[in-house]
Amino acid sequence: MTDGAVTAGIGDQIEAEAANRAIDERAYGFWIYLMSDAIIFALLLATFAVMSHSTADGPSSHALFRLSHAFAKTMLLLASSTTFGFASVAIAAEQCRRTLAWLSVTFLFGLGFIAMEISEFHAMAVAGAGPWRSGFLSALFTLNGTYGAHVSVGLILIVVLGCEVARRGLNPFVVSRLRRLGLFWHFLDIVWIAIFSIVYLPGLI
Amino acid sequence: MLGKLTIDALPFYSGIAMTGALISVLGLLGAVALITWLGQWRYLWTEWLRSLDHKKIGVMYVTLALIMLVRGFVDALMMRTQQAVALDSHGYLPPDHFDQIFTSHATIMIFFVAMPFLVGLFNVIVPQQIGARDMAFPFMNSVSLWLTAAGAALVMVSLVIGKFSTAGWNAYPPYSEAQLSPGVGVDYWIWAILVSSVGSILTGLNFLVTIIKRRAPGMRLMMMPQFTWAALCTSVLIVFAFPALTVAAALLGLDRYLGMHFFTNGDGGNLTNYIELFWIWGHPEVYILILPAFGVYSEVVATFSGRRLFGYESLVYSTAAIAVLSLGVCLHHFFTLGAGSDVNAFFGRMAPLIAVPTGVTIFDWLLTMYRGRVRLSVPMLFTLGFIVTFVIGGMTGVLLTLAPAGRPMHDTTFLVAHFHNMMIPGALFGYLAGYQYWFPKAFGFRLDDKWGRRAFWAWIIGFYLAFVPLYILGFMGMPQRLERYDVAGWQPYLIVAELGAVFILCGVVFLAVQLAVSIRGRAGLVVSTGDPWNGRTLEWATASPPAVYNFAVVPHVHGIDAWWDMKQAGTAGRAPARFRDIIMSDDSSAGVALGAMAFVFAFAMVWQIWWLAAIGGIGVSGAVLSRAFRDRDEHRIPASQVEATEHRHLTAAVPTSGTPT
Amino acid sequence: MAPQRRTNVTPKPYLIGVVLALVLTVIPFGVVASRALPPKQIFVVIGAAAIVQIVVHLRFFLHLELKPSSPNQRIALCFAVVLLMLAGGTLWIMFNLHDRTM
Repeated sequence: MTDGAVTAGIGDQIEAEAANRAIDERAYGFWIYLMSDAIIFALLLATFAVMSHSTADGPSSHALFRLSHAFAKTMLLLASSTTFGFASVAIAAEQCRRTLAWLSVTFLFGLGFIAMEISEFHAMAVAGAGPWRSGFLSALFTLNGTYGAHVSVGLILIVVLGCEVARRGLNPFVVSRLRRLGLFWHFLDIVWIAIFSIVYLPGLI
Repeated sequence: MLGKLTIDALPFYSGIAMTGALISVLGLLGAVALITWLGQWRYLWTEWLRSLDHKKIGVMYVTLALIMLVRGFVDALMMRTQQAVALDSHGYLPPDHFDQIFTSHATIMIFFVAMPFLVGLFNVIVPQQIGARDMAFPFMNSVSLWLTAAGAALVMVSLVIGKFSTAGWNAYPPYSEAQLSPGVGVDYWIWAILVSSVGSILTGLNFLVTIIKRRAPGMRLMMMPQFTWAALCTSVLIVFAFPALTVAAALLGLDRYLGMHFFTNGDGGNLTNYIELFWIWGHPEVYILILPAFGVYSEVVATFSGRRLFGYESLVYSTAAIAVLSLGVCLHHFFTLGAGSDVNAFFGRMAPLIAVPTGVTIFDWLLTMYRGRVRLSVPMLFTLGFIVTFVIGGMTGVLLTLAPAGRPMHDTTFLVAHFHNMMIPGALFGYLAGYQYWFPKAFGFRLDDKWGRRAFWAWIIGFYLAFVPLYILGFMGMPQRLERYDVAGWQPYLIVAELGAVFILCGVVFLAVQLAVSIRGRAGLVVSTGDPWNGRTLEWATASPPAVYNFAVVPHVHGIDAWWDMKQAGTAGRAPARFRDIIMSDDSSAGVALGAMAFVFAFAMVWQIWWLAAIGGIGVSGAVLSRAFRDRDEHRIPASQVEATEHRHLTAAVPTSGTPT
Repeated sequence: MAPQRRTNVTPKPYLIGVVLALVLTVIPFGVVASRALPPKQIFVVIGAAAIVQIVVHLRFFLHLELKPSSPNQRIALCFAVVLLMLAGGTLWIMFNLHDRTM
């Protein structure tokens, strides 16, 4: 990864080499982290798939899922992924203000998703369909809870990195962090494709 | 205020448990007092605990492993003693205590002896073998160490405060569910596993990136030393397999803490899911433990035969094949769980396949020794002992993978014997060989040869005495984990096994004596050249002990056995024409702080002290954030200083004898 | 594994990606909503749309370019094999055990 090369501003050639290598290795390591995380989601999804009918006479997926709800959440995530893409374009063009603007939009979409998740699962728990009700609901809450936790971490990181951009501008290290956050955000959208295709849609057939 | 924690958590219930707790506490106090008396706290803190130097982190990992080895071994000795006397009686251990001991023995040996030992060897050696100056992520390395240490500390604390799990090291539900194990034991197990498994995943990731990205120029993948190949395959397995353990333990925790129904008996739970998730990790884990040992054996055999490894490429492919196969054959660990015949048949056929690449590696080692000038050093003795014994273990393993044979032997001591046959000669002998082989690398002086040989013979004789009887008892139908029994015919075998445990005790003691004797007599064991064994791979190109940056000038590699080639070409040990500045990571206390906070968090979660858990959680996040948004934590070592260090190393007839331990 | 290059400084890949992703989301949701097909075929549609959409995301959002010569391809392939092996094997074993025990 030679672009975004740290050449000017940071000392001499030896330091620039070290900095570039560090950025390259962090990107590579982040991909490996994502693979490891993908396995966690794959196993949670497999567990859910097996338990999807273990309702123990409690509410089933037909009673609990709403297609419109799932579709809205999907759209929010897709929109946030796209706006993060626009932020990436602004980062590559080294436009601080546009970067911040698109990051804010991404944040709002993500926050919308989390709000929908929380209200949905809160309503379920109140209506007697909490995770302790049946194996099916345990698996559903755990999968979605893990997913929601990931999105929330992503939101926190957007805020923190947004502040970094505002404070320090787009220096090479901030840019490299934003790129890794971008990988994370797009990765989460891919996981969501698996979730709506394995959890929500089959649950409504 | 203190959750479930009351004064009853102290082990007043049993004299033996009280003694164990007292010994642990006194041991800790003794260590603290000793360091204080020697006035070494500052040295320990600045030079070791907060160090990000991969070699020091490696040494600390191995130290942790050796300390925990003693604890795990005491457990083993207690179990053997109980079984030797418990014919028609309760022996000297109450059932509840016996169950804790077999659980903690296995948990400690796998997670807090074998894992830190192999990761420690990786840390000391792998960066040097690939011509790197440091790991890709030195701080993450420190975090991994301290998370592992936090997990180990949690298991040790359970000795004093509360009880450990009685559910076996694999914590199978439904017994491990809150309904049947309401105490904190299983929670201790869960949190120790969760904390240390995060550390392991980070280690795997770190080595993967280091080996892929930090190899010396010219070193292609197919030129890497075998130990590095083993580290690479092990890291891949860790990154892919450990998440399954994390998931299994976390879901079990959700069942216990939040009343969910993943593995419960009723309400839609299904315990078989746990067993599947657990073994997705469990089977690769066997190879995570064994592949590094294979890597050590390859290095040792090549060095002490004075020959290039026979069949380098076939060894690489075998290692990789073992890694891939191990991810796909987990089911043979639960043939008897009740899967359909098609599933059992598939895995019954897949599982023995792993014997093929394993056999290839054994023949490669034998053919390397054939016509070589074999030097019977201590590491080589451990290797030979391994080869002979492991063949037996491999055969019994193939036997167990046959579903029809696996069924009657399921859960008997035959399984215990087979498993220990893999883990002691297979894995532990490899680590000990590596410890003997690379000790001079890390410290600049060799370990005493005579005591090493004594330790080897005690270990191998003890192994056979302890586990051959268990094979026989398995055929006789003795179940594992028996606290008492009423078959008189079993007792003679169990007494022989006890004798074996005593021999192994001698082996452990001899290792300690060896270390003490070597430190005291280190002046006579000094390695002046840095290359005590006439080695072949790049780690011997650095000074012993190595400078903090390992290589003043990163070498160019042109083939397998780079150091051997340099020695042949006469370029070894020559001062480079010119030195450059070197950039190295700053040390950091955040790793220690993070480990400590993780321990606080986990301990509070075990006892459900929520405010303390919140403090721990905030502490962990704070330690992460304190590091996450800093661009550079590095300092520059000027070329002149590098030159001075190298000059000292290259010209001194007898270099300084390393840091006293 | 260094997907970000100077080449993707335009919003174009993201626009292509979002349009394709929209289509590939609307199809399975639409099929489920309208119940126009028998269940088995609905499953096939959902599965196919999901796989294609994942590839679209990888290609247009994560810029994972799988050219035949790139080492990325080998790593991605290995990972896909491992993931399929783990997930597929798990599902096979778990469903088998589930059917026989529950």
